[in-house]
Amino acid sequence: MELDLEIRQDTLIVRPQGELDLGVADLLRHTLEDSLNKYNVRHLVLNLSRVTFIDSSCLGVILGRYKRLAREGGKVSLVGLQPHVHRICELSGLFQVMGEYSTEEEAIARAG
Amino acid sequence: MKVVNQLKMEFLSLPANVAFARVAVAAFASQLDFTLNDLEEIKVAVSEAVANAIIHGYENSPTGIVKVHVSLLETGIEIRVEDNGRGIADIKKALEPAYSTDPERMGLGFVFMQSFMDRLHVDSSPARGTRVTMFKNINNRGAAAASQGGH
Repeated sequence: MELDLEIRQDTLIVRPQGELDLGVADLLRHTLEDSLNKYNVRHLVLNLSRVTFIDSSCLGVILGRYKRLAREGGKVSLVGLQPHVHRICELSGLFQVMGEYSTEEEAIARAG
Repeated sequence: MKVVNQLKMEFLSLPANVAFARVAVAAFASQLDFTLNDLEEIKVAVSEAVANAIIHGYENSPTGIVKVHVSLLETGIEIRVEDNGRGIADIKKALEPAYSTDPERMGLGFVFMQSFMDRLHVDSSPARGTRVTMFKNINNRGAAAASQGGH
């Protein structure tokens, strides 16, 4: 998994690439936690447009970050889900607590 | 049911092997007439079953052996994932949606296996291990058989 990060005002934007499964779950969790600890951000935008596979290991990581940010009134938004990834997120009930947007700009505008 | 082809593999309970297992099983499954969507669903089910064996069966110890046995049949694919780990004390409870022993996980593993496969069976006993058996039908074959039946 490759990943890049960007801070825009009070939002951390994360763009992972590849397959998100148990093999990368710890790395994803630590990267997100470290960044949330380091930068003073309120919201998280996950751009998953380059993610070709996701399973419950990494959905759990995303949900864990949601729980953390929601305590402080922050939001987690998902951007650019490929059809199969979209279906997994839908089945998992993730959309009940986080929005899905087609662009990062839209996600940032809605979270603010 | 006639067996068309079989695959047996064994590997260490390492997280990196989750990707290996799902790609290998999906590549093998593609010998049958599955759609791309079916193959994606098989990948998720295998991923979840192997991840369960590693996380729950072997409690993240990298020295366990995970066995995957795949049978291609004329009607579909049977996938068996076995570990010799801790086992599940209460299978009924483990199969409930959102049941998880770990707050960071969502308890979705079995939900995905049940959603994406046509049959799921779990055998387990504490301290002896767990065997998950899943079956997925070839759907378009079923449709062809149904239309033939109409003539």
